[in-house]
Order: sequence, then structure tokens, then C-alpha cells
Amino acid sequence: MADQDQLFQFLLRLGDNTLVLGHRVSEWCGHSPVLEEDIALANTALDMIGQTQLWLGLAGEVEGKGRSADDLAFLRDVWDFRNVLLVELPNGDFGRTLMRQFLYDAWSQIMLSKLASSSDDRIAAIAEKASKEVAYHVERSGDTVIGLGDGTEESHTRMQAALDYLWPYVGEMFQSDEVDGAMVAAGIAPDPTSLREEYDAKVQSVMSEATLTIPGSKYAHKGGRTGYMHTEHLGHMLCSMQWLQRAYPGASW
Amino acid sequence: MYAQMIKTARSGVKNREEMSDQEREFQDRIDRDEKIEPKDWMPDDYRATLIRQMGQHAHSEVVGQLPEGNWITRAPTLERKAILLAKVQDEAGHGLYLYSAAETLGESRDELVRLLHEGRMKYSSIFNYPTLNWADIGAVGWLVDGAAIVNQVALQRTSYGPYSRAMIRICKEESFHARQGYHAIMQMAFGTPAQKAMAQDAVNRLWFPAIMMFGPNDSESTHSEQSMAWKIKVKSNDELRQQFVDQTVPQIEYLGLDLPDPGIKWNEERGHYDFSDPDWNEFFDVIKGNGPCNVDRLKDRVDAWEDGAWVRDGLLAHARKKSARTAAE
Amino acid sequence: MSNEWPLWEIFIRGQHGMSHRHVGSLHAPDAEMAIKNARDVYTRRNEGVSIWAVEAVHIAASSPEEKGPLYEPSNSKVYRHPTFFDIPDEVGSM
Repeated sequence: MADQDQLFQFLLRLGDNTLVLGHRVSEWCGHSPVLEEDIALANTALDMIGQTQLWLGLAGEVEGKGRSADDLAFLRDVWDFRNVLLVELPNGDFGRTLMRQFLYDAWSQIMLSKLASSSDDRIAAIAEKASKEVAYHVERSGDTVIGLGDGTEESHTRMQAALDYLWPYVGEMFQSDEVDGAMVAAGIAPDPTSLREEYDAKVQSVMSEATLTIPGSKYAHKGGRTGYMHTEHLGHMLCSMQWLQRAYPGASW
Repeated sequence: MYAQMIKTARSGVKNREEMSDQEREFQDRIDRDEKIEPKDWMPDDYRATLIRQMGQHAHSEVVGQLPEGNWITRAPTLERKAILLAKVQDEAGHGLYLYSAAETLGESRDELVRLLHEGRMKYSSIFNYPTLNWADIGAVGWLVDGAAIVNQVALQRTSYGPYSRAMIRICKEESFHARQGYHAIMQMAFGTPAQKAMAQDAVNRLWFPAIMMFGPNDSESTHSEQSMAWKIKVKSNDELRQQFVDQTVPQIEYLGLDLPDPGIKWNEERGHYDFSDPDWNEFFDVIKGNGPCNVDRLKDRVDAWEDGAWVRDGLLAHARKKSARTAAE
Repeated sequence: MSNEWPLWEIFIRGQHGMSHRHVGSLHAPDAEMAIKNARDVYTRRNEGVSIWAVEAVHIAASSPEEKGPLYEPSNSKVYRHPTFFDIPDEVGSM
């Protein structure tokens, strides 16, 4: 039986990733390059909001203080968020958004496939449902990265720039700490470090097809999943996301 | 409505004596409620009027994403965020269905979009009003989509097959929109005093713009007759407006909100609600481009299109390379 | 060359056992993306289990002027319909 506080932290990491990235993706609504992409991005965001409700709902249950998924999403401040830095980065152009999506989806797909056999049935059930959604996301974001990388000179240049910008944020997804150690010990989740090889193979195959070059530097920004140091961007996101709940406490919507 | 003040390509209705044999046969088919299909013969004016109407309708759906999209990142709960996002996504879908219907007449979507961006085609006046508080999201779903549904239900019977089929599909999805809107505003009208004040503010601001959606009074509407004869338009502006007011007033009363127009009174004799005319000068100003949000709305659409050009070109270039590679194998 | 994405006609099979039905159209750079876009655009409410995408230019259509010759001949072949034949009730259902 894992320490409940560590389990809570672990679930926040999963739920905050989908919360923050789903929010970022939803910012595109009405502004995409073409209607079909607008509709597709909204589907991705909707799936991620749904996953957030499940992960944070379970987190609240595990915490045992009566907090709902909404309480956790709308009433915590920056330092309590446990998402990786990658997902809170601003959207940039469409190419950067899709590159970020792919880099996340590829990790998420591997992570969820392991979580589907978690010793915690609740986690296994959520992972099972989410992995069907993510299997489609990664196919779509991967194909788009390939299409744009291998498209025109301009789209290639932009996608390479997106990859260069985002790559230093990839490493954080594979760092482990004592929370992860406790999850591994309880058979709840894999050690993030152990996912790296499969991830690199997947990403390398897509980038090759996309004619893009993965940067050589191994440097990894960190601080999101521990909450130690987020980027400045997260606070601005929370300003809009949490505004109504903060301005009118106790109201029901 | 979503299609307002559509100029029929000719003025007045042709009478039977003026019609050629082909035109007479065409009119007979319409009078028998037969649907006209893409490859059927049709008068040039019918085709041109339809393209304008379906195009404007499609533009309205797409520009209509913006005022509600304005609140997606500020939705107060995860569920409300999901509902709103799914709703705005539907609008994009509706735009897509309608562009497709227009494309059956040989007008490409890119061309229609270009005309919109150059200011040569319009979209509904309603989307040039701002959404200022969260209750506006409820009010837009309930009042704006509610008004649209009144029109679109009638348009399911329109004479052009692809337009009619698009409307049938859209109507199925629209009732979700109106209901989620009313549900959201109900929560506020029955909520805290601050929430109720937001709900009242939203209804007050959006009432007249909503009833303007049906277009000018019949007496002022010069383009309708031929469109009615062709069943491109199925009911008159005033008929539809009255229907909307009659169904909406009791809904406002149920919320316990003040009526947004002191002129609203039940008229026993007519069996309908009386109500005040909106300020038609304001309507024509908005149509001319002087509404509170015209400039921003169009800029958002143009920016999305121009900023997205490299994406569209990139994916197409990749598809062409891929098929060339396959052909070479 | 126009840079507009080609138009695709989308056919969806709603439930197992039913045939594919035309549901509408959309734009996509290639067939794979057309299928994906169709999934995102036309199955938002669980409408489908199988998708076909056909590039619109590849659809051959009968022309409306031929409607008479193509379909009217079958109007007179009423014997193709089961109700044409009177079978006594005693025979049982057939």
C-alpha cells in the first residue's frame, strides 16, 4: 500500500498534465489554419479535459479532504501544480502546438499502456479508457508533424525550430524521484526512466520521416512535476482559467 | 438570421408568362415540393442567390465561434469548459457542412472565404456583439442559437437538397446548444445575487441584437419575394421573429429575470406577444461594419487564415510528394 | 496549381450490418487525412463504425437529364415486387 500523500502527488502529475495541455489546446478554438483542424484540435482538448476529470477526481478521493476535480483545478496556485513544464509552454504557431502535442502524446501513450496493468484498479481503469483516446491523438499529431516537416521549405523550417525549442523540455517526463520510487514499489506505475528507450525509438522514427533532426543536447529543464519551479507562463494561464472561481467564491456554475 | 438581407439576384418575382419553358418546369418542381439537386438545371439567379445565402450562413457559423470562444479559457468548471468547447466545435462543423453545400454549386470554400475576408460577403450581425460576462455564454446558446433554430427548422424544408440536408443535420445538433445555454443561465439566475445580476445584464444586452437576427421588417425587406417563391427562404422575417418572441418570453419569466423590453405584453386578440421594434439604425450600422466587434472579428478570421497558410501548403506539399513517391514505385 | 485541399465525399457505416451512407464532404490533403478528418468531423456523436473517403472528382454521377431512361423502365416492371403476386392465405406466409 503506497503512502496516500505520494499517491496523491502522482495523480496530480497525471491530472495536471492533461488539465494544462487540454487548456492550451482549447485556446486554438476558432483560430486554426482550416476548419477540419479546428474540429480535430477541439476533440483532442475534449479528451484531455475528460481525462483531467478522472485523474483529478481520483486525486481528490485519495487525498480524502473532500476536494473535487474542480476544486483542484480552479483553486490551487502555481506552486501546487505538478505538470511537466512542456505542457504549460505557450502555443506558439500551429506547428509548435502540434510538435508539443506529439512529444507529449508519445510519452502519454507509453505511460498509459503501463498504467493499464497498475496494481491500483482505479488507475488501471482510467488508463485503459484514456489509452484509446491517446492512440488516436498520437497518430494524428505524429502524421501532422511528418506532413509539416516533410512539406514545404517554410513548414520544414518552422517544425525544426519548434523541435529545437521544445526538446529541452522533453527530459523532465523521464525523471524519477521518491514519489515515483514509491509508485514502482507498490506496483502502481513504472519508473519514468524506464520509458525513455521506447520513447526515443518512437520519436526518432517520426522525426526521420518528417526529415527533422533531434537536437544533440541532453539538457533538460525541470521543476514542473515537483512544483519546485514552473515557468512564468503557468501563472498567466491560471489567471484566466481560475478567474471566475476566484472572483465569486462559493458560487455554483 | 444567420443569413440576413440576402439580395436576390433579381428584383421582384417572375410571373409565369415571363418564364421560359425550362423556368416554368423548374418552378413547378418547387411548387410540388421536389428537391432541386446539384446537377439539375436551375436559373442562374437561383444558383447565385443560394450561393450567397449558404455562404453567409456558413460564414456566420465560423465567425460565430469567436464570441463564445472568448470564454473557453475562462469557463468556471471543467464540465462547463467541455460543454462550451464541444458547442463551439459544433459551430465549426456547421460551417463546414454549409460550405460543403455551397460547394455542390461549384463555388469553392476558399473562394467564399476570400470574399468574406475582403468584406464582400457578410455574416450575421449578432456576432458583432461582445460577450462580456459568463452569463453571455448561457444567453448566446439560449437566445442566439434559439433564434437560429427557429429559422433553421423552417429551412429544413428549403428547396435545394444539399442545403436542406445540411439544415437537418444542423438542427439535430442545435437543440443541444440551446439547452446547454438555458441550463447555464438558469444556474446563474437561481444563484448568488452577483450571478443573477450577470444573467440580467446578459439578457438586457443581447435581447435586441437577438431579435434583429431575423432581419428587417417584412415591409422593409425587399429581397424576400423571389426567395420565398423559390423556397430558398421558407418563412418571412416577421413571422419567424414573432415565433421566437412567443417562445422566449415565458422562458425569461421562468428565470425570474426582468423582461428586457418594457413593450413586451401578451396580446389576447392576436394570440401573440407584442414587443418593441429594435433600433434598426443600429442594425444597419452593424451590417455596414460599425458594430462593436466587426473589426476584431474579421481580423481574427483573416489572421487565422493567413497565419495558417504555411500549414495548409505544407500538408498539401507533403501529400503530393507522397503520391509522387508512390507513383514512382 | 490551386492550393486548396481536395474535396472528399465521406461515407459512414452507422452500425454493423448496415451499408455505408453518404454523410457529407470535407477537405483534406490526402486520403489518410480525409479519413482522420471524417472521424473528427462526422463521428462526434458516435455515428459510425467504418469510414470511406472518396475524392469528389473520382465520383461518376448519372446526369439528371437521363433520369427518364435510367429509372422509368423499372416502373413498369411491377412483377419484380412481391406484392404483385396474389397467393392464397391458406398457403401460409411466403
